[in-house]
Amino acid sequence: MDVQETQRLLSEYLHELANLFHRVPGSAILLRYVKSSYQDDPIRSAVELFLFLFAVRYLLAPKYSTKPGVVQLSDDEIDDLVDEWTPEPLVGKTTPLEDMEVEKRTVIVGPVGPKSKLSNGRTVMNLGSYNFYNFNTNESIKEKAIQTLRNYGVGPCGPRGFYGTQDVHMKTEADVASFLGTASCIIYSQAFSTISSVIPAFSKRGDIIVADKGVNFAIRKGIQISRSIVRWYEHNDMEDLARVLAKVTKEQARKPLTRRFIITEGMFESYGDMVDLPKIIELKLKYKFRLILDESWSFGVLGRTGRGITEHQNVDAAEVDMIVGSLAGPLVAGGGFCAGSEEIVHHQRISAAAYTFSAALPALLSTTASATINILQNSPETVSQLRDLTKAMWTQLDPRSDWVYCTSAPENPVMMLVLKPEVIAAKRLSPQDQQFVLQDVVDECLANGVLITRLKTLDDSFEPRQKVPAALKVCVTSGLTKKEIEKSGTIIRHAITKILSRRK
Amino acid sequence: MPRRSGSTSPANDSSNTSSYSSAPGQGGIAIKAPSKSNRFSLLFSTSPKPKAESPTARAALQTASGTNTAAPTISSASLSLPTISLSTATADNPNMNEPPTTLFQPPSPEEARRLAKQHAQFGPIGHPSHRFSSRHPGGPFPEPIMDEPPYYYLITTYISYLILIAFGHVRDFFGKRLREENYRHLKSRNGYAALNSDFDNFYVRRLKLRINDCFERPVTGVPGRNITLIDRATDDHNKSFYLTGTTTDTLNLSSYNYLGFAQSEGPCADITEETIRKYGITPVSTRAEVGTQDLHVELEDMVANFVGKEDSMVFSMGFGTNANIFSALVSKGCLIISDELNHASIRFGSRLSGASITMFKHNDMRDLEAKLREAISQGQPRTHRPWKKILIVVEGLYSMEGSMCNLPGLIALKRRYKFHLFVDEAHSIGAIGPRGRGVCDYFGIDTKEVDILMGTLTKSFGANGGYIAADKVMINKLRAIDSGMFYGESTSPAVIAQITSAIRLIKGELIAGQGEERLQRLAFNSRYLRLGLKRLGFIVYGHDDSPIVPVLLFNPAKMPAFSHEMLKRKVSVVIVGYPATPLVSSRARFCVSAAHTKEDLDRVLAACDEIGNTLQLKFSTGVAGGAVPVSDDMAPPPEKEIQWRQKRNPTVIPPRWRVEDVIRRGVQDVKSPLF
Repeated sequence: MDVQETQRLLSEYLHELANLFHRVPGSAILLRYVKSSYQDDPIRSAVELFLFLFAVRYLLAPKYSTKPGVVQLSDDEIDDLVDEWTPEPLVGKTTPLEDMEVEKRTVIVGPVGPKSKLSNGRTVMNLGSYNFYNFNTNESIKEKAIQTLRNYGVGPCGPRGFYGTQDVHMKTEADVASFLGTASCIIYSQAFSTISSVIPAFSKRGDIIVADKGVNFAIRKGIQISRSIVRWYEHNDMEDLARVLAKVTKEQARKPLTRRFIITEGMFESYGDMVDLPKIIELKLKYKFRLILDESWSFGVLGRTGRGITEHQNVDAAEVDMIVGSLAGPLVAGGGFCAGSEEIVHHQRISAAAYTFSAALPALLSTTASATINILQNSPETVSQLRDLTKAMWTQLDPRSDWVYCTSAPENPVMMLVLKPEVIAAKRLSPQDQQFVLQDVVDECLANGVLITRLKTLDDSFEPRQKVPAALKVCVTSGLTKKEIEKSGTIIRHAITKILSRRK
Repeated sequence: MPRRSGSTSPANDSSNTSSYSSAPGQGGIAIKAPSKSNRFSLLFSTSPKPKAESPTARAALQTASGTNTAAPTISSASLSLPTISLSTATADNPNMNEPPTTLFQPPSPEEARRLAKQHAQFGPIGHPSHRFSSRHPGGPFPEPIMDEPPYYYLITTYISYLILIAFGHVRDFFGKRLREENYRHLKSRNGYAALNSDFDNFYVRRLKLRINDCFERPVTGVPGRNITLIDRATDDHNKSFYLTGTTTDTLNLSSYNYLGFAQSEGPCADITEETIRKYGITPVSTRAEVGTQDLHVELEDMVANFVGKEDSMVFSMGFGTNANIFSALVSKGCLIISDELNHASIRFGSRLSGASITMFKHNDMRDLEAKLREAISQGQPRTHRPWKKILIVVEGLYSMEGSMCNLPGLIALKRRYKFHLFVDEAHSIGAIGPRGRGVCDYFGIDTKEVDILMGTLTKSFGANGGYIAADKVMINKLRAIDSGMFYGESTSPAVIAQITSAIRLIKGELIAGQGEERLQRLAFNSRYLRLGLKRLGFIVYGHDDSPIVPVLLFNPAKMPAFSHEMLKRKVSVVIVGYPATPLVSSRARFCVSAAHTKEDLDRVLAACDEIGNTLQLKFSTGVAGGAVPVSDDMAPPPEKEIQWRQKRNPTVIPPRWRVEDVIRRGVQDVKSPLF
């Protein structure tokens, strides 16, 4: 093939290409654009060409990691590092306190009643369970549960969204709502998981939570997972709350409006004391915050018929945006609830994790809750009787002991007995020592036929750390007579005296 | 090797040509029904108009049920089946046209009612051959083949969402101006920010609302083989519902009732009743305080023994079990590598733990190994200190995909990379494995290889709650640091009784053979339905032995349509769409139970067949199976069948079987690898 031939072929191809190019629609415009722009402004053409070349280079460039600080290693090096790496064991060794926790676990044989039989064969007065009204051994409630079992089986075998919503759940929701006097209510299948799902369903990143420093573990977990901005106020200190609210409002004044919540408890799980609800309502209205109130320990206990702190302190339940409570305590059923407006409940049905992703509550627990609410509603003497017994126990313990004092509210059937600061100082008791001492008291009471328990708390890594004082927990039950309550109160008092005076 | 006698009979029904009969080189394998005595196929072959016949058939059946209980073993739900004759499943039975040789004694009305109730919760097994043992056949664990639909369906799916979103915005535009009161809750009001952001709420308001009637359907009674829906209606386009006062009995393919223990009678319910009488309702305390009863101790031993670990802890809620456990296991400086499709409870718990979290592609061992090599060689971000621990979290059986974790692959990686392994057996415990002990049992792997076995007691055992099983030393420590033990309410005695009696039944301690029957029926039913749907031409995800059978729908409008059509045919199913699945792959999910009979599944197949034609859902390409089986004389051994088929017939033919052939061939083919 000679040169001419090649030239001819080349020009032929070029010609054909040009023809092809002309056949493409719009090619004339492109040509005209390039020509005219070149004549008008050669620099512009040069810049465009440069941009085009840069784009080509960029597209062809090798990919690189955007992660900072990645060290490039060869496969052999990685293999060596893998061989070298020794992970910690998944679960560490137990501490002495943890050992005690497991060893001293009480095991009740048979039913949980006012008098329970333990695994060592002894029958003791049970002042450790939350069986305040002794509904647990009530035959009519049992009968109702069995009836439900015979109609529904045990588990609903599915989450509420997928055929797990049984008519009994809808009834219990309506019962709780009408008992409290709110527009609507939603039930969850475990009380402990309720509030830690309710909080993140509403409060998201960037929202503001103002919470009491003494709130319980579940609330802390809810706050932690919500990733909201948190401001804490001193436990039950309304002046501090007002200060924090004013400060937050001032800080946020120029920023876009976000959701703001106050979170506190009706009766505190860790201290047993009561919140000043009217004052909180006043502050929340003043600063335009919403209130999430955990009534796990006050629902079914406070008020004339056990409606909780709203009834006790004469606050309209509709004033509280969300009331979260437990059906697993004195109501002897299971699960938790959140009551509020239609909008609030509806939103949770879509976005509360523990509701949408969990199986529904067993039907028989749901009907039990309805049944016990019905009893409370119709016989206020149940509640007043418990209050008398609580008073009787209180007089046996708080005013008469040199060693402990009770942090609970006088109406609270759960009495938290905390070592007096002067005792702790005199005996130089570290928090851990206090737990051991109180466990000795629990054992001493048990030896004398009274079952009580310590307040069991866990440390979590969420800042700021919470320091809950060690406490004994005495739960009054109306399953025992006044005489028995007084007698057990004496036993507990003597046990405390005996153990603490023995300790140098 | 199963007998394939049916395949040699000549095809004599020439009026019906099915797509696969034209398959080349498969002379002897006609799958068409021989005309002899098969009422089911007659019903279908005579009909291009089965719908025209259905009302009369239904009326006849209803009068039969009205005069009460002539056929006690058939529940009212199956009576109201629209198009299929009830004798469907007896196609295997050669004697069905002969008159009965014994005198038929009609049972007394009470007896019949009792039986009908019992069978509505747990159907009796139709034929002894309807059993199979769920076990990994050996060899490497295959990835399920994800079939893809023609582009037409993908494009229309995207367009559908675009239209829905555009419509939503148009409605919002006018709504916000003309009907302001409906939008007030999305705006700041007198100093309060809206509880819902307008943007987050868009999906709920404009997309989910349209299909709200398919969710949260209220039910009553036992969620067993059948489930009773409480009918409801809406006057305001699904914003609110009111009950109409009637109920509908439907076949239940929606509950996680794998072993059929959702029963209100029988040994479990009897033991539960006795326990309530003796123990009351609840322990009214937490486990750490005084809520531990002898029942709990016994249950924990039993669960540990059942799953094959030294000790266990039991909690009152499955979600809570996962939500609390990770804080006790890992902390800052540790790494959790989690499967991307893990359940929300695992994500919730991992986030609370404070550990770093990364994800690997679903079931992809190569991706996991790459992530592990990177994690171990690079250490913690910025400081490059080695990770304190690496915890891999997987599920045994994924509830939306129907796929199982690749446990053999994970164990192999674990030996090399020394990480800790956490397997969530929420769906697999009881449902998988020849003895129902979950994925370890299925793969024949020693449970010692897995550090922590978690599971729920909600699903297979028909109760509620969750467990963590591990070595004794670990559990002892966890009992002292797990927040579920400290603050969660203790499990109710009634629930415990249900669990322990279910476990004893599975083990065969209460009634010999019953547990085995339940396990094997579940395995059979799962494979039968899966194979049938594949052969009909549906795209089905997941592994062969999984009792979760997701059927892909793709277009969003097909979700409510499928649900409604199934409901019309008295079958309740779960539909799942975005955000629980990727945007395009909306699906319907069948949860098979041991309580179902083969007839029930035939009903489902027939219903799916009809609906699949109407809604254009049969778009499988055949790569995932459902092809025509080969005749006996030419068949390779089952373990080589797939390679053999690939070599022999490289062009896959989309399977589009006729439903009667699917049903006729199902029982024998289900026992070989499902292809």
